[in-house]
Amino acid sequence: MNAPADYLLHLADNAVVLGQRNAEWCGHGPILEEDIAMGNVSLDYIGQARLLYQLAATRLGGDATEDKLAYFRDDTQFRNYTLLELPHNGPLVGYAKADRDYATTIVRNFLYGALMVLVWDALEKSSDSDLAAIAAKSLKEARYHLHHAADWVVRFGDGTEESHQRVQAALDHLFPYTEEFWTPSAVEDAAVASGAGVDVRTLRAAWDAIVNDTLGQGTLVRPQGRGYVPEGKHGRHSEHLGYLLGEMQGLARAHPGATW
Amino acid sequence: MYTQAMDIPDESGKKLASVSNAPSEQEAAFEARIEADGRIEPQDWMPEAYRKTLVRQISQHAHSEIVGMLPEGNWISRAPSLKRKAILIAKVQDEGGHGLYLYSAAETLGTSREQMLEGLHSGKAKYSSIFNYPTLNWADVGVIGWLVDGAAIMNQIPLCRCSYGPYSRAMIRVCKEESFHQRQGYEALLVMMQGSEAQKAMVQDAVNRLWWKCLAMFGPPDADSPHSAQGMRWGIKRISNDELRQKFVDATVPQAKVLGVTLPDPDLKWNEARGHYDYGQIDWAEFWNTVEGNGPCNKERLATRVKAHNDGQWVRDAAQAYARKQQERAMKEAA
Ligand SMILES: [Fe+2]
Ligand SMILES: [Fe+2]
Repeated sequence: MNAPADYLLHLADNAVVLGQRNAEWCGHGPILEEDIAMGNVSLDYIGQARLLYQLAATRLGGDATEDKLAYFRDDTQFRNYTLLELPHNGPLVGYAKADRDYATTIVRNFLYGALMVLVWDALEKSSDSDLAAIAAKSLKEARYHLHHAADWVVRFGDGTEESHQRVQAALDHLFPYTEEFWTPSAVEDAAVASGAGVDVRTLRAAWDAIVNDTLGQGTLVRPQGRGYVPEGKHGRHSEHLGYLLGEMQGLARAHPGATW
Repeated sequence: MYTQAMDIPDESGKKLASVSNAPSEQEAAFEARIEADGRIEPQDWMPEAYRKTLVRQISQHAHSEIVGMLPEGNWISRAPSLKRKAILIAKVQDEGGHGLYLYSAAETLGTSREQMLEGLHSGKAKYSSIFNYPTLNWADVGVIGWLVDGAAIMNQIPLCRCSYGPYSRAMIRVCKEESFHQRQGYEALLVMMQGSEAQKAMVQDAVNRLWWKCLAMFGPPDADSPHSAQGMRWGIKRISNDELRQKFVDATVPQAKVLGVTLPDPDLKWNEARGHYDYGQIDWAEFWNTVEGNGPCNKERLATRVKAHNDGQWVRDAAQAYARKQQERAMKEAA
């Protein structure tokens, strides 16, 4: 059976939002090799988003297109995890423009990358053969993303005192946002019921194992869960998504109907 | 992309005075190799001035690639379609890759990347002035691909035959990617020129702002080009600034016609007798002003690079500290 379009949008929104965020490092990386690597990661995410939006557009029919879905839906219609829309500046959030912190970027890519390796692996067996094909391609990319981020988590953790503090602070800041992975949503439940989606909650033990192993290698402490659970995948976001989409969508919306 | 200012003097090559006392047979072998249009390789003996000239030129070129990521990177977050966003990220990333090969090529001459970056950050080393102008509308991205990468290709194709082996090989690889960038940029403009009036106006506006800056990318007129003669003799420079500029104008005019944009030069017209297009006066005072650091974006661009480098210090330190620890552990295990 085909995956519900909303489920495809959840996956696509995750990819486009994180792709957009990671691209903010372009030209500003801590070392040229990393600038290029982060561009690669971003490019993979934008590529995944395009395939998923294209598939969703086909399923939705009418005048839906990849770009209409990415550029002409409002923030409350976006179904991405809140984790992915946060700025790169760690706990110094708010709308102040603070410096990018590479530890925050890396930790987010790690926490999400560890999830997506498992999600794509499961979706390779999706009853939706189009989604399964996207999963097969995305899995290869996700493995690279996880590898890249995990390597840096370990280097930071077991590097200098400063890098250890920064990566631990980024973990403390971002870890609570991962709680959203494990909460149910009607969209995911419908996808699971159709045989096209994966029940993310069944992946939790495997995710824990990846995370604990890497944190152990990096001599880092896994933060304990806190009370607040974000609800981005339900369309209730942080303050940051509005800015991200305002920037991303502004030009396209100023010229509705234009072809680029 | 983007060699422009390859023969723009800067302070990175100032120590030319140290005359080497190489035995004349080495010098003769070098000269003979150059004469025979052969390649000089890193392990070969070379005159100190040749080495310095190459380090200056290759590092300027590398810096241009890296600084050049900024004006185009400025539009990644706002690209009006996901396809264009992906193309732009890939392009900017390619430019970073060009920077990497070029730094590596220059390192074969005995100067470290760290030293070259120090030259850039202190303002001693130059980079292509085209990146000291702002990118003000989305069409700038397409026009940079079409004209700036286009001008870079004109400049760089002769460098594929440069006498220094690592540089010439880097240029062959870089030129292939620049051609791809140029086609993509031009294609993006073709689409916009078939679109709304607002889209067409964006393209024309970008061409108006960038056209003259692109002509200046070929460097000062031959008469005022201090390094050219020696560069020609050494097989580092193959074609003069003015010749390259003319080739660029001749190639671009028909492309502009197909696109439907006007090049902002009332003196631009075909000269039957010369078999070339004539073009108007470049504002060299403005060019030199920008080269000297006083263009619209020089300070911003350089400050951005310096900040990225400084902010990244802890990341590089961490990587080094970790590598050191790993090495120590491996040694302990072996012991
Ligand atoms: Fe380049
Ligand atoms: Fe290029």
